[in-house]
Amino acid sequence: MARKPRVKLPKSVAKGQVVQIKTLIPHKMETGQRKNKKGGKIPRFIINKVEATFNGKPVVTADLHPAVSANPYFAFYARVNESGTFKFTWTDDKGKTVTTSKKVAVK
Amino acid sequence: MSKTISKAEATMERRDVLKLLGLGTVAAATGSMLSSEALATPEATAKYLAKLSGTSSYKSGKISLKMPDIAENGATVPLTVSVDSPMTANNYVKSIHVAADKNPNPEVVSFHLTPASGKAEVSTRMRLAKTQNVVAVAVMSDGSVHRVSRKVKVTIGGCGG
Repeated sequence: MARKPRVKLPKSVAKGQVVQIKTLIPHKMETGQRKNKKGGKIPRFIINKVEATFNGKPVVTADLHPAVSANPYFAFYARVNESGTFKFTWTDDKGKTVTTSKKVAVK
Repeated sequence: MSKTISKAEATMERRDVLKLLGLGTVAAATGSMLSSEALATPEATAKYLAKLSGTSSYKSGKISLKMPDIAENGATVPLTVSVDSPMTANNYVKSIHVAADKNPNPEVVSFHLTPASGKAEVSTRMRLAKTQNVVAVAVMSDGSVHRVSRKVKVTIGGCGG
């Protein structure tokens, strides 16, 4: 979880505009189905939750399962009515979180 | 001592490679390894979605699931779910659930949306163990549930083995 997530969204938008937000975090998303060389199962270790909030209010939350690919990528939309900050939080199976923020200004 | 072990390992690997070649394709190998695991069935998938959406009577239309017809690499298959909704405070998509009926487990991903989402469209990438149906349901704010399903052919499975 040490590597930085990537988030792409416009810096300035018109009031009320719906913008696309793209997020990606490097993570191997170990499914728990794979076996190691000795035949034992490699324990499941995935990111199980991704949250996006704008000025503290929820926009989109996703519950992830092992069927989500490695380096989970998400694209979704948000309507921006005021200047503010998007905050993104990724939570893994060990309860560790990674957060990143992006400011958006209304023209 | 350590040298002998590494030699043994090397032999093992070579044998594994030969085994793979013997089976013809990597896809066949992955498939045979997965068959020993409990696989999700269409019934289990339907049950899972019914539990999440709170109903098993679905409407069609309004929801669309974009995926390739043939996925060459089952490890990352792009998908986009979009729902026709104005996304206002009174009429919006509450959640979108995605499930697959022949992966080791039916669950894939669940999205919880709000009117602040503006547009009910989400994209991600998923794993597909083999050729199967991917099902998406959208739970609307008025309680109705829309469903769409799509068959995706998989050349190489993506759940490891």
